[in-house]
Amino acid sequence: MNNADIGLIGMAGASTLVIIALAISLWQRLGLERDLIVASLRAAVQLLAVGFLLAVLLDEDTPLAFAFGWVVVMLAFAIWTARSRAPEVPGIAPLAGMAFTAATVVALGLLFGLGVYPLNATTLIPLGGMVIGNSISATVLVSRRIIDEFSDKRAEIEARLSLGQSPVEAARPYLRNALRTALIPQIETTKAVGIVFLPGAMVGLILAGVDPIDAVRVQAAVMYMILGSVATTTTVIALGLGRRLFTADQRLVRLD
Amino acid sequence: MVALFSFAGVGLRAGETDILRGVDLDLPDDGITVIVGPSGSGKSTLLRLLNGLERPTSGEIQFRGVSLTDVDIRAHRRSVGMVFQRPTIFDGTALDNLRVADPGIARANAVRALERVGLAAELADRNASDLSGGEAQRLCLARTLVTEPAVILMDEPTSALDVDSVHRIEHLAQTIAEEGVRIVWVSHDRDQVRRLATWLVTVENGRITASGEATAMGHVHDDEGFWSTASEAREAEAGSGEAKPAGGGAE
Repeated sequence: MNNADIGLIGMAGASTLVIIALAISLWQRLGLERDLIVASLRAAVQLLAVGFLLAVLLDEDTPLAFAFGWVVVMLAFAIWTARSRAPEVPGIAPLAGMAFTAATVVALGLLFGLGVYPLNATTLIPLGGMVIGNSISATVLVSRRIIDEFSDKRAEIEARLSLGQSPVEAARPYLRNALRTALIPQIETTKAVGIVFLPGAMVGLILAGVDPIDAVRVQAAVMYMILGSVATTTTVIALGLGRRLFTADQRLVRLD
Repeated sequence: MVALFSFAGVGLRAGETDILRGVDLDLPDDGITVIVGPSGSGKSTLLRLLNGLERPTSGEIQFRGVSLTDVDIRAHRRSVGMVFQRPTIFDGTALDNLRVADPGIARANAVRALERVGLAAELADRNASDLSGGEAQRLCLARTLVTEPAVILMDEPTSALDVDSVHRIEHLAQTIAEEGVRIVWVSHDRDQVRRLATWLVTVENGRITASGEATAMGHVHDDEGFWSTASEAREAEAGSGEAKPAGGGAE
């Protein structure tokens, strides 16, 4: 049977957990009751709205173009999020736009192109969401790392320029450091998966009654997809930001 | 004689701040030119303009008669090398550092480059980050010399070093200058200026306050500061006939 089929009574049952949170807030005088109620209601409304939207998008009669449209909406929202989380990074919006688009095209192109998943709204929307979602934090991480590296190693980079290196050559070792720093957490997560924690997609599938071995196969494909798309995103950001930090006449842009 | 560097109405504005204003200046194609001034006066910026690490927002700079806007900047930077205030060591061995300047450098030539600045041959394979401050700065000088520059810019290269290392670097600069490489050296140390300068430029508040032969300006500097007596220095050099007026700075 499908364990994920929660009825209204089930929802009401789950909401008692919110009541526990409310009780704790009252008991400890945290003053968070209002925030808790607003957050819980907002989450329910937002999820319901998305649920209705997905129901329309995933309907077999809805053309696939609408699902692609939704991926574009997610991209736009992701760019806006990246910009609000890393406003100190020059040109973050166009860079993030390029990076997210590249990651989405590469990851989904390969998954659908190689026939790992059939191309339909049911696969496109969640996979696109996962690629884009993971790319946001990778982008924020790698771009901040690059800015830090360029501030710390400013004199070294200028010394390289002074020896006649091009901006691309002069930036390379520092971009490499930043890329390594940004990718290592993702690799560590990939290593720990299954032992330390069970990823969301797999938990969802198992709850929905899918055979665990099948769930694992889906999850493995998703993990590889995330690894690939994070690598793509960070590389695009590194190459793009690396260029933006130099002027056309090969000087280092002042960052402070 | 064509000036080594020639500034015509050069200004550099960053945001709302004028870092340099109305600089008209000729640097001689000879010896060691020392640019001196208090911190924040714009002397480092003046130096950084010479190899294109900064770009003027007004006016023009020429290198041996050619505008810097017309040169190939990478080739220019190789012929106008730069040594920074703190040693800018790259990851790897001393040899790796020299290879950044010349990726194809033969080991024998690399060793010769090290020996030229008084570093022993066996340091070639030493991790460059293990060198002392003075050794590291000499490695930076050796690295710059590998590109066979016509000019070396030195931005307070000894301010982070002990006395022995200071004298070694100064002596190296003098030797290199005698071999025909022009040196432009930024300093805020009066005694160092006296030891090194053949030509002296004083900078205050983004303006050139004096420029002339060090000997002609020397008597002014001996008892007073450079900066409090800048106007006297200008008068002194105007009288000497040899020296060049700073000009332009007065608005």
